[in-house]
Amino acid sequence: MRSPLDRRSFLAGAALVTVLPLASARATPEAMAAAIKEVVGGATIRAGRVKLDLPPLVENGNAVPLTVSVESPMTPADYIKAIHVFNEKNPQPHVFDARLGPRNGRAVVATRIKLGDSQKIVAIAETSAGEFWSASADVIVTLAACIEDIT
Amino acid sequence: MTNVLINAPKTAKPGEIVEIKALILHPMETGFRPGTNGSIIPRNIIERFTASWNGAEIFRMEMSPAIAANPFVSFFAVAMESGTIGLRWTGDEGFLVEEQVAIAVG
Repeated sequence: MRSPLDRRSFLAGAALVTVLPLASARATPEAMAAAIKEVVGGATIRAGRVKLDLPPLVENGNAVPLTVSVESPMTPADYIKAIHVFNEKNPQPHVFDARLGPRNGRAVVATRIKLGDSQKIVAIAETSAGEFWSASADVIVTLAACIEDIT
Repeated sequence: MTNVLINAPKTAKPGEIVEIKALILHPMETGFRPGTNGSIIPRNIIERFTASWNGAEIFRMEMSPAIAANPFVSFFAVAMESGTIGLRWTGDEGFLVEEQVAIAVG
């Protein structure tokens, strides 16, 4: 007959096994992590200050409106230098790199992007002091972009 | 070239923050899609969009194939002095389009 301790350790092990696959499925794909590392270098990325507006459910991945807004006074002493946007599952991890300065007054950039699959989008803002702030958004895409030539 | 739509105010008060929106006709072909004959359609995208105010660069965007066809960009600028806002798109296959709009500040 098994001792209670054995049963407890078995249950703990079973719990670990069920948790791990979930954690790895949500992990950032390597390509995006590498692309982010290329931009950020060794600096730490903090969550906050950045707002990433994207519809949570997209019917057509060919043109998805995206707005990145960053809290910043945008003065010559303290401004947002760059906004980078990355994706997880398009063929390439880059979406765009925008360069800004105090002449912009407001650190807000909007565009339309393509999404090849349901995925996570990450926006990273670089301040003039060299700090990095980020926000991410999950998007569900029902019709993916880049499947075939529709023209 | 007339395949460009620019939306910027014609007048602004000094120091006012104005929004500039620009749309350009372009296929933004990713280089990852097979065409009707089965072979990959070569990449043809706009790689860079720059905006200047009286010649001084105020905004730049490096684009990737993940930008939707007919790229739309919106950004802000502080209206400092009257003059022209210059917008420039460059990309694959020697793509180059330049447009200017006038703005009166005062």
